[in-house]
Amino acid sequence: MRTLVLPPHHYLNDGYGIKSWLLTRDHKRIALLYLAAITFFFFLGGSFAVLIRLELVTPPGDLVSDETYNKLFTMHGVIMVFFFLIPSIPSTLGNFLVPLMIGAKDLAFPKLNLASWYIYVLGGLFTIYALVTGGVDTGWTFYTPYSTVSSTTSVIPAAMGIFITGFSSILTGLNFIVTIHRMRAPGMTWFRMPLFLWSIYATSLIMVLGTPVLAITMLLVAAERVLHFGFFDPALGGDPVLFQHLFWFYSHPAVYIMVLPSMGVVSEIVAAFCRKQIFGYKFVAFASMAIAVLGFLVWGHHLYVAGESVYAAMIFSALSFMVAIPSAVKVFNWTATMYKGSISWKTPMLYAMGFIGLFTIGGLTGLFIAAVGFDVHVTDTYFIIAHFHYIMVGGALMGYLGGLHYWWPKISGRLYPESLAKLSAGIIFLGFNLTFFPQFILGYLGMPRRYHAYPPEFQVLNVLSSAGASILGVGYLIPMAYLMWSLRYGKIAGANPWGASGLEWTTTSPPPTENFAETPIVTEEPYTYPLRAEAHLG
Amino acid sequence: MPALFPESASTMASRVDALYFFLIAVAVFFSVLIAGLIVYFAVRYRRRTPEGVGVNIHGGLLLEIAWTVIPALIAAVIFVWGASVFFAMSRPPDETLNIYVVGKQWMWKFQHLDGQREINELHVPVGRAVKLIMTSEDVIHDVFVPAFRVKADVLPGRYTNIWFQATKPGRYHLFCAEYCGTRHSGMIGEVIVMEPSEYEAWLSGSRVEGSLASTGEKLFQDLACITCHRADTQGRGPVLQGLFGKTVQLQGGETVVADEAYIRESILRPAAKITAGYQPIMPTFQGLISEEQLLELVEYVKSLNTQQSPAK
Repeated sequence: MRTLVLPPHHYLNDGYGIKSWLLTRDHKRIALLYLAAITFFFFLGGSFAVLIRLELVTPPGDLVSDETYNKLFTMHGVIMVFFFLIPSIPSTLGNFLVPLMIGAKDLAFPKLNLASWYIYVLGGLFTIYALVTGGVDTGWTFYTPYSTVSSTTSVIPAAMGIFITGFSSILTGLNFIVTIHRMRAPGMTWFRMPLFLWSIYATSLIMVLGTPVLAITMLLVAAERVLHFGFFDPALGGDPVLFQHLFWFYSHPAVYIMVLPSMGVVSEIVAAFCRKQIFGYKFVAFASMAIAVLGFLVWGHHLYVAGESVYAAMIFSALSFMVAIPSAVKVFNWTATMYKGSISWKTPMLYAMGFIGLFTIGGLTGLFIAAVGFDVHVTDTYFIIAHFHYIMVGGALMGYLGGLHYWWPKISGRLYPESLAKLSAGIIFLGFNLTFFPQFILGYLGMPRRYHAYPPEFQVLNVLSSAGASILGVGYLIPMAYLMWSLRYGKIAGANPWGASGLEWTTTSPPPTENFAETPIVTEEPYTYPLRAEAHLG
Repeated sequence: MPALFPESASTMASRVDALYFFLIAVAVFFSVLIAGLIVYFAVRYRRRTPEGVGVNIHGGLLLEIAWTVIPALIAAVIFVWGASVFFAMSRPPDETLNIYVVGKQWMWKFQHLDGQREINELHVPVGRAVKLIMTSEDVIHDVFVPAFRVKADVLPGRYTNIWFQATKPGRYHLFCAEYCGTRHSGMIGEVIVMEPSEYEAWLSGSRVEGSLASTGEKLFQDLACITCHRADTQGRGPVLQGLFGKTVQLQGGETVVADEAYIRESILRPAAKITAGYQPIMPTFQGLISEEQLLELVEYVKSLNTQQSPAK
C-alpha cells in the first residue's frame, strides 16, 4: 500500500492570509466561511437551550427571571432556525458540493455567492445587536399583536436581522437553481444527478419563492410597531390572525428548507455505505419536488385553534396528510436500499440510520398533529416541541452531521478519528432521545410550551429531558473538538477514502481551486458500483 | 413514577384519547418496522471485505405503489377520525350554560350570566354543557384545560367559543397556551367542577350586584343608547327587542346574522354594517367601554329576546 500524500496544489493552500479568504470567490472557501459562521451560531443558540433546560429542572421559575426566560427561548429559536438550520446544509455542504457533483468549476455567480455570505453576516450582526441591547421576548414566531404593540424589547433589530438574512437565502437558492440548470458537465442529465442535488434544487425553489413572504411580513411588523399602521392590531383595525397566515406561509415551507437537504445527504450516505444504487431513484427525486410543492399548501395547520374556520381546518388537515406521503416514500426507499447492500458501519452511516429512525418518529407524530381533533389538545404544548425537534434535530441536524463526516475528508483532505466519531454519534443519539422523547408525554399531559414555571407533577419528565440535554451538549462538543484536531493531525484521506461513486470523489482531496483538472464527462447513472477503474484515484 | 397520562374529565376526553391510542399503535408499528429492518439489514448485509459492493437493484414499481397507497389509506382514516372529533369539538349542543371569558395580561376573568365574577377560577356544574364565549383585552391568549382536551385561542377584537361537558367533579388546570408576554406562565387558573347542588349553592352564595343583563341595562341607559334604540319603532336606531339570532337586512342588500360578534362590532364600529332603512348616525364607542362592559351590553341585547318589552 502506498503512502497517501496531500496534493501539492489545492484550494486550501491557494493563497494564505485573511484577504484570500474574505475576498474569495471559490465556492469551497465560501462554504468554509459559512461553516465557521453557522458553527458559531449553533453553539450560541445551543447555550440558550442549556439555560432553558437548567431552568426547567425545578417547577418554580428560580434560575432566571420570567423576562430572561422568555428572551432565552426566543433567541434560541431565532438563532437556531434562521442562522443555523436554514443555512446549514445548503450554504456549507451545498456550496461545497453542488459544483463538484455536477462537474463544474464553480457556482454560476461566484461573487453573488460571496455577497450572500456577507449578507448573512450582516443579518447576524443585527440579531446580535438585538441580543446585546436587551434581547427579544416575542418567541421566534413574532405573533402579533404582542410583537407590534405589547413587547418592549428589541423587536425591530431582530426582525431586521431576519429580513436581511432572508436575502442571503434567496441569493443562495437562485445561485443553485441557475448552476444546476446551466453548468452540468457533459453527460450529466437530470436523472444522472446525485439525489443530494435534487433535494438542494427543491430546497432552492422554496428559498426563492417563500423567503420574500417572510421579508414582507417582517416589514409589516416593523411598520405597525414604528408607524402604527393597522395591519395586525385590532385596535387599529387590523387582524392579528393575518400575521399567522403570512408567517406560516413561509415558516412551514421553511421546515422543508431544513429537512430536504438532510434527506439529500442521507440518500448519498446510504448509497455510498451500502455501495449500491438508491432503490427507486426517481421516486426519491420526485418526492423531493412533491414535498417542495405541497409544503406551500399546509400553513393553515398551525392555525387550527386560532379562529380559523372549521372547513379551512379540514382542508389544511387533508393537505398536511398528503405531504406526509412523499416523506414516507423516501423512508421506505432508503430502507429498501439497505437490502442486499454491502453495509459499512462508518460514522456517516450511523448518522444516516439515526436520521431515518428519528425522522420516522418525527414524521409519524406529524400525522398525530395533522389530525385536527387531536391537535387541538396538544398544540402549543411540549408535544409540538418534541415533534419538531425530532424533525429538525433528529432529522436535519443528524443529516448535517452525517454529511459533515462523510465529506470531511474531501473538505479537509484528512480523516477524522473514526472510533471517537462513532462514540459521539452514539452519545448524540441517546442524548437526543432522552431529551425529547419525554416531551411527547409532557405535551399530552398538557404542559404548555414557553412556560417559565410549571406545576410540580411535570417535574420528573422535565428532569429526564434536562439530563438528556446535558448528554446531547457533550455529544456536540466532541465532534467540534476532533474535527478541528483532524485538520492538522488527521490521517491523509486520499481522493476517495470511502470507495464511493460520485464526481466529487474523482478529484483530489482537498480539490484544486478549479475542482477538476479537466471537465469530467458523465456516461452512467449515479451510484454505479463497482466503481470503474479510473474512479479509484486514491 | 410520574403520571404518563392526563386525567379525563370531559365527554370529549375519551374521544381524543381513543384517537391517541390508535395513533400510537400506527406509530409504534411503523417505527418498529423501519428500525427493525434497518438494524436487521445493517447486521445481515454488513460489509465483509473492503472491496465488497451491494447487489444492484434498480427499484420495484409494485413496492413503490404499495408504500404510497397503504400509508395514504392509513392517513385517510386518521384524517376522517380527526375531522369527526373536531366537528364535535366545534359544534356545541343547542342548550349550553354560557359563561363569558375575558383574558388580559396576565389573568383570566370569568363572568356568569347571573352576575358572579371570578378571577383565575371557574366554577362549573358537572354533566352540563358549558360554552365559553371569549375575548381578549390586549394580545392573543388561549384557554386550555388539559383534563377536558379542549383549547382555543382568545383573540382581541373578536369572540371565539369553546364548549365542554365535565364528567367528574374536581379541580383541573387551566393554562394560557398562547405565549402572551412576561408572565405568560403565571396566567393559569383552575376549573372547579361541582355537583349541580353544590354549584347552585356556590351561585347563590356569591355576592352579586345583579345579573349580567341587568348591569348591561343600566349601562344601556347611562350611555344613552336608549334614546335612539327604543322599544317602539319611533327611535332613530333599529329596535333591539327580538334582534339576537335574527337575520338583519343591511344597506346594500347584504344580510348578517345578529350574533355576539355582530352586536360587538355595531357598538364599536357602527358604520361597518348599517341596517337597511337607518342613517349612519351612531357614534363609535371604540376605546370608551371595556370588553367586560361590551359583554354586559351584548348580554342585555340578548336578554331582550325573552323579556317582555315594557313599552308594549
